[in-house]
Amino acid sequence: MKWLALILSLSATPVVAEEKIVSGLSQNRVSITADFDGSELLIYGAVKRESPIPSSKLDVIITVEGPSTPLIIRKKDRVAGIWINRERVRIDAAPSFYAVATTGPLRSILSETDNLRHRITIPRSVRAIGLTGEASGSDAFVDALLRIRRDNGAYRSMQGAVQLSDETLFRTDIVLPANLTEGEYKVRLFLTRDGRVVDHQDRVIFVRKEGLERFLFNLSREQPLLYGLLALALAGLAGWGASEAFRLLRR
Amino acid sequence: MQLYLPIAEVSVNAFLLLGIGGIVGFLSGMFGVGGGFLITPLLFFIGIPPAVAVATGANQVVASSVSGVLAQMRRKAVDFRMGTVLLLGGFIGSAFGIWVFARLTALGQVDLFVQLSYVLFLGLIGAMMLQESLRAWFRSRKGVPVRRSHVHTWVHGLPFKMKFRASGLYISVLPPMAVGALVGFLAAIMGVGGGFIMVPAMIYLLGMPTKVVVGTSLFQIIFVTAFTTLMHAVTNQTVDILLAMLLIVGGVIGAQFGTRVGVRLKAEQLRILLALLVLSVAGKIALDLLLQPAELFSVTPGLLP
Repeated sequence: MKWLALILSLSATPVVAEEKIVSGLSQNRVSITADFDGSELLIYGAVKRESPIPSSKLDVIITVEGPSTPLIIRKKDRVAGIWINRERVRIDAAPSFYAVATTGPLRSILSETDNLRHRITIPRSVRAIGLTGEASGSDAFVDALLRIRRDNGAYRSMQGAVQLSDETLFRTDIVLPANLTEGEYKVRLFLTRDGRVVDHQDRVIFVRKEGLERFLFNLSREQPLLYGLLALALAGLAGWGASEAFRLLRR
Repeated sequence: MQLYLPIAEVSVNAFLLLGIGGIVGFLSGMFGVGGGFLITPLLFFIGIPPAVAVATGANQVVASSVSGVLAQMRRKAVDFRMGTVLLLGGFIGSAFGIWVFARLTALGQVDLFVQLSYVLFLGLIGAMMLQESLRAWFRSRKGVPVRRSHVHTWVHGLPFKMKFRASGLYISVLPPMAVGALVGFLAAIMGVGGGFIMVPAMIYLLGMPTKVVVGTSLFQIIFVTAFTTLMHAVTNQTVDILLAMLLIVGGVIGAQFGTRVGVRLKAEQLRILLALLVLSVAGKIALDLLLQPAELFSVTPGLLP
């Protein structure tokens, strides 16, 4: 048994041999303008290596993570025949968007240890953050968060969506949804062999509102009173304008 | 055509928003209600965050009310004096309401309270209006002349009497002030203009003629909702101008058509329709409270207060 382990460890040594990721993004900034309707992100790259290709299977995992925000998860309960919010759990930070694309099923290409270390799968990534529980069994609350966000497309697991050719070139498309939050989107690329991460690389995409969107958003934060008065003035003007227009039409 | 909303941070179909604005504007012009109790649930439904929906709904109501008031003014159907008295009461009630709202938020049960008051007030007022207007309608169909006898009650014995010429009333300012304060209070708590409470209160409590009620109610709503919009813009920064503009463009056009249809209908018919509308919204909210929701959990961004 001992010698078997020895052989295995010896044969595994070449795995550690230098394999590096060289990657590119189709865009490193996304502008949210008035007609923004989601965006497609192409992530591509190659594996750079000095030595011959090892015999074990190479896999690629790519994650895209949106900026994190604090959340409150509430659960409804029936009290006197009425469904009302009772228990709640506070989450200090959860990513607003998270997508994982891989070359194969995550369970077989990533070991639990490395998943824990790099927080790659959706549950790992979300659970890593601190929970401030005010309810019993906050696990059910986190499960609910994952379920809700998976259903509305904010969290996506796309196993098999990365194409890898000749153990060298890889690419994947990740669709960013229309209801994108502003901020830095972290792109992480992992190379794995036998479930172990052999190399990883981080990239960043900046998502920013532009033009009218940027102007209105900034005004609402920096000059809220002016913004409110502007909203009222526009409303009054529109009401008066419509009234006048219709009076002229009736003549 | 998809449009990205800067404050709501969602992308929505522009024509859908125009349509929602149009429908609510139509009803607003027809009945003299601001439409806040309709637009806010509709915006929730298409995925606008609740805080943004409430604040922007108020902004849209300002525009449709301005448009409606101008149309009513041309037929001299606005009692400015009464409107001002109601408004004074309204601000007092609204300030108190905002204080109560903050207390309830601290206690963490504000959602439930808002929903329950919707069901209670919409249900009560809807039922009362329906019953009364149906009776009036049957009476007018039978051909029995409607007697608008001036019933003298304790209301007429109160001091500070004032002449409201447009309404044909000579009553104390205290009842309208009280009505205004009640409406302002409820409006602040329920996040609506309060037209659906104001209109029946003016008809049944103050005895104002229906013809003047719509214009006067709209006049009062402009100021209450303008106040609400400003409060939301400054304290919560949740007013989305782009969303509001789309709703407004649909709304002001709808309001013009609504006003036109409104004058053609008989007062009783108008009241029956409004009562049915109010009742159906109350019924919908009551069902939401009573039936088991498909998803028990809800996720809201932000920190607990």
